[in-house]
Amino acid sequence: MVFTRGPLTTQFTIDTPQSNMARCLHLGSFLFTKMVNTPRISMGVKTCLIKTWTPHSQGKAISIHSAIHYNSENNSLSEEKVIIHFINQDGIKTTTAVTEGQTLLDVVVNKNLDIRGFGACEGTLACSTCHLIFDKTFYEKMEPIVDEEMDMLDLAYGLTKTSRLGCQVTVQKWMDGMTVQVPQEVRDAVGSKGSQ
Amino acid sequence: MLKLFLTSARCVRITRFHGVCGLATSTPASSPKVCIVGGGPAGFYTAQHLVKNVINTFTQTARHARCSFHGNVRVGKDVTVEELQEAYHAVVLSYGAEGNRTMGVPGEDLAGVYSAKDFVGWYNGLPRNRDLRPDLSCETAVILGQGNVALDVARMLLSPVDILKKTDITQHALDALAESSVRRVLIVGRRGPLQVACTIKELREMVNLPGTRPEMEVSEFEGIAETLKALARPRKRLTELLLKAAIETPGKEEFERWNRAERAWGFRFLRRPLEVLPSTDLIRAAGIRLAVNRLEGDGEGVWAVATGEVEDVECGLVISSIGYKSLPIDPAVPFDARKAIIPNTMGRVQQTAGLYCSGWVKRGPTGVIATTMNDSFDTARTLLQDIGKGTLDVSTVKPGSQAVSALLEKRGVKPVSFSDWEKIDSEETRRGETRGKPREKMLDVGEMLQVARA
Repeated sequence: MVFTRGPLTTQFTIDTPQSNMARCLHLGSFLFTKMVNTPRISMGVKTCLIKTWTPHSQGKAISIHSAIHYNSENNSLSEEKVIIHFINQDGIKTTTAVTEGQTLLDVVVNKNLDIRGFGACEGTLACSTCHLIFDKTFYEKMEPIVDEEMDMLDLAYGLTKTSRLGCQVTVQKWMDGMTVQVPQEVRDAVGSKGSQ
Repeated sequence: MLKLFLTSARCVRITRFHGVCGLATSTPASSPKVCIVGGGPAGFYTAQHLVKNVINTFTQTARHARCSFHGNVRVGKDVTVEELQEAYHAVVLSYGAEGNRTMGVPGEDLAGVYSAKDFVGWYNGLPRNRDLRPDLSCETAVILGQGNVALDVARMLLSPVDILKKTDITQHALDALAESSVRRVLIVGRRGPLQVACTIKELREMVNLPGTRPEMEVSEFEGIAETLKALARPRKRLTELLLKAAIETPGKEEFERWNRAERAWGFRFLRRPLEVLPSTDLIRAAGIRLAVNRLEGDGEGVWAVATGEVEDVECGLVISSIGYKSLPIDPAVPFDARKAIIPNTMGRVQQTAGLYCSGWVKRGPTGVIATTMNDSFDTARTLLQDIGKGTLDVSTVKPGSQAVSALLEKRGVKPVSFSDWEKIDSEETRRGETRGKPREKMLDVGEMLQVARA
């Protein structure tokens, strides 16, 4: 952890893993900024009195800092993020850090990912446009598919043996690092579209 | 950079639009301008792909800065396609299929015989079907056709009113169905169980429909179970469910549900309509005469051949659900009357530069929403490619919506904007709230326009 003392606008970036904790005296509450291995830049800069600990400090130092908080969907600070990679129809990969509990359709919509025509029926199991293809290892660990999902999946474009509907898959911690993709578009020499 | 002009004729519901869709950019005169005719899924998905931002819903598309929506405009009448072509660099026809295939048999005009298009329009609140007043005083209804539309009709005829009254079904349809005497619905097709055109979700809804039981002829399923192994998964699961409903012994719970059921439904296969038989006073339908078929060929290419046998089924309601059909919109647009589509190659209308098409009018009236969505993206891509390659000339300055708006004003046609549409939408929603429904649809275009312009 690197601190600098100074005026209110001094920033510190917490770049070492594990518990670097800062207690906000102003608010009288603890702002625990628990680091994940690769910090994500977020919004919101808070200025407060922070009592800091470092592994090497002899005592406690009180200084005024601006802290960079970590973005989290529901505004709480210490939720762990799950990294999921999305590959769109043109083969372009986007990496997201998301919280557990939302569906993959939620992720695509909330993060405004550039996946064409995703989620037409808004998660009501009335279409197949949130169709995603998974790696076998992740696919096999997921909750078994029910009839109602299978019914719609059967109509999906570019269906594979490791396909699911994104609106029926909930993000869980063990999915960290998972890659999902939509059917790729292939164009032949004449320029007409096919799919693989 | 594209400017799109979106128009929709007659009805102002997003689900029932025909019209022109235009997207307009706020950048100066030199940007390519495209006009889309039709405000259904095809029109909107084509628009989404042309605008190219991440847009998840049709509402976002319609509100987009580069899109302007003009409802209540009839292309071919209020404005011609040629006039649109003069105003825009490209015109995309996405106006769907508002006609229907007819059975072409005697008695089709008797009272009690309806096209599925009109019947569905009636319970869905299409103004032009408002006064259909179908006669539901008979016990048996026969539906010709076995696609998803046929199953929708069957489901509406047999659903418990308690379920229907929480949907956005029109009030007068709800009242009529509450009084209905229809207890048995037969869904009739020319070919066999392996050729049903419906999909599994719709079949499952019928199988699980409260208060009903399936009733089918076991003999019509001979040899079907043996074919399951070789079928692709979607067809296999569909056929398994069909067999389960038709010939398998139900489990205890299901047996009791079926025993208590007062309404029945079933598929009948290998039957083609020959004639609708009249009542003694010759005014209404009293039955239907069906030719019995057998199948020839195998695999995908199976076809039905008449055996010479004939069967009469007593019924008072006949609904033909044998396909929607596109209609020609304007003499300037080529139309294939046999296939009832606009002749095209990958969405480029044949023999006419600057004209494109997407959706049912391009492909024919089949497929689910994903099919139309992908098809619309294809057309949009073709159009963008043509701009990129220079095949579509966008170098001239086109006036776009200004020119069309001026024409419409001169002709006394007042288009409905998207925010006008939203007033209609919120009024319908408000009316529905008082009845515990998602919305109560307005059935009169005059009333809609009043609300829109308030």
